[in-house]
Amino acid sequence: MRQFLFLIKKEFFHVWRDKRTMLILLGMPLMLILIFGFALTNEVKNSRIGVLDKSHDETTRAIIQELEASRYFDLVDNINSEEDLTPAFQSGRIRLAVVFMENFGNELDHGNSAAIQLIGDATDPNVATTLINYASSVIMDYQRRQRAQADLPYSIGTEIRMLYNPQLKGAYNFVPGVMAMVLMLVCAMMTSISIVREREMGTMEVILVSPIVPIRVIMAKLIPYFLLSMINIASILLLSVYVLDVPIKGSLMLLVLECLLFTITVLALGLLISSVAGSQQVAMLASLMGLFLPTVMLSGFMFPVENMPVLLKGLSNVVPSKWFYYIVKNVMIKGLGFENVWKETLILLGMTVFFMTVSVKNFKTRLE
Amino acid sequence: MSGNTVISVKDLTKRFGSFTAVDHITFDVKPGEIFGFLGANGAGKTTAMRMLCGLSLPTAGKATVAGLDLYLDAEKIKQKIGYMSQRFSLYEDLTIRENIRFYGGIYGLSNQQIKDKTAEMTSNLKLGKEVDSLVKSLPLGWRQKLSFSVAMVHDPRIVFLDEPTGGVDPITRREFWTLIYEAANKGTTVFVTTHYMDEAEYCSRVSIMVDGRIDAMGSPSELKSKFDAYDMADVFLKLARGAKRSDN
Repeated sequence: MRQFLFLIKKEFFHVWRDKRTMLILLGMPLMLILIFGFALTNEVKNSRIGVLDKSHDETTRAIIQELEASRYFDLVDNINSEEDLTPAFQSGRIRLAVVFMENFGNELDHGNSAAIQLIGDATDPNVATTLINYASSVIMDYQRRQRAQADLPYSIGTEIRMLYNPQLKGAYNFVPGVMAMVLMLVCAMMTSISIVREREMGTMEVILVSPIVPIRVIMAKLIPYFLLSMINIASILLLSVYVLDVPIKGSLMLLVLECLLFTITVLALGLLISSVAGSQQVAMLASLMGLFLPTVMLSGFMFPVENMPVLLKGLSNVVPSKWFYYIVKNVMIKGLGFENVWKETLILLGMTVFFMTVSVKNFKTRLE
Repeated sequence: MSGNTVISVKDLTKRFGSFTAVDHITFDVKPGEIFGFLGANGAGKTTAMRMLCGLSLPTAGKATVAGLDLYLDAEKIKQKIGYMSQRFSLYEDLTIRENIRFYGGIYGLSNQQIKDKTAEMTSNLKLGKEVDSLVKSLPLGWRQKLSFSVAMVHDPRIVFLDEPTGGVDPITRREFWTLIYEAANKGTTVFVTTHYMDEAEYCSRVSIMVDGRIDAMGSPSELKSKFDAYDMADVFLKLARGAKRSDN
């Protein structure tokens, strides 16, 4: 046990002495949360739109005002003719054009159909669809209010409620994803690099000649990174609650335990990589390509898994981050209890045991 | 296995697939000897030494180290041997004191013992002032000497040195050998691989490996007369000319 403490102490020295790496590891969650929280977002805000109003009446003006008042749109252009539409789109000045037909207000008042054309720039299809939807809903809303005033006997009103995330904040989605990403980098990559480095340096050999049990050498390597991960999880949760206003709806205890489990999964992955990688560069590449990339692409945090082709969907099932992402989303955002995530937890647990067993076995055979 | 052998090896063999790195080697080492293990690159010296240190399992053959069986008592052997690898084996981002503490610690020395060892080593190596600076900042020669002292931190009965003086200037090499002599005088058996032939002259006995076999063994003067050579380099050349494999 005393020998083990010496090993752990040494590992802390390594982490502590490499100040730059340590700062990166501790600063990364902060950076990622801030970037995803304030810079990168899928929300469409203040999009530039243009209006071609062939009618110029009270109704069109009222609708235009409504559009301008919404935080989604910025009216930048009053377009005078159909010919001017194309250049406005080509130059990128506008992303959406709203075209009112002639005599719009008149037709509407007399109970005829009045048409509005919405033209979107579909070079980015997601943004175009979102903008069209926003604009339609602003217009529908206006129409509904007009009808209510006109005291029509009946009207259908749809009421939309967004559950769990009423403000449709992107943060709800990425906080669990960032957590998975950070743990992948801190635990898996750093652990594998530190073990491979020891082998590259030749110090591993010297330790193995000593009476110390090899598996303890490895365990001692995991501990500092385990602690770093704890700090990172805490800082991510604190940032998301106090800076991004993403509340922890479910049990904090359960959330922390799930994070611990995933940390161990990832440590096991790091071990696995270190047991096959021959050099620090290989270890780094393997962690980035084999762990980090799937976390970003296949965990469902950037791209919904439901929409993926069968092959990728199947592949995503072996990505531990996917399960972790699912669990955290459900516990943290939806506030579900263990009874709803036990299956996923079990899968994660199974993966952990598997990776641990394989890497420890691999590690032993390598010594022979 | 009797009182006057500290290492006893019989028909020790190591195969990697179809390649026989070490081919039925047999030798004994007496306590307090400086046993030189010579050979060209790829002759199998390091593999043989790694087996004796417990880093690699032999394919066949028998061996006892410090009176303990290599197969049955591998763990007990570890406490009785020291090892210095070809590559520099101290932690560069730790201070000298921390390195000594660490290696002392994993060999189970008490805090007092570690303290005493640190004082002893730093005064021996005249590193008193640098004891709290990072190993990174030491010149290579000092590092090698420190590395040797650290390999001896737990007063092992046998110390294995794998090409300890590679890339070191002649003066430091001489100083390094002074350390080896001091250790041997205190009764530690030194098992050293080298390909510097002048160093072979310093050994009590040498064995010369060619293609995984031991082709000659004896004291430097015996070998020189046997091969009618004027120095060890000559002996070595005469033997190595018959070698079939070289590095890679």
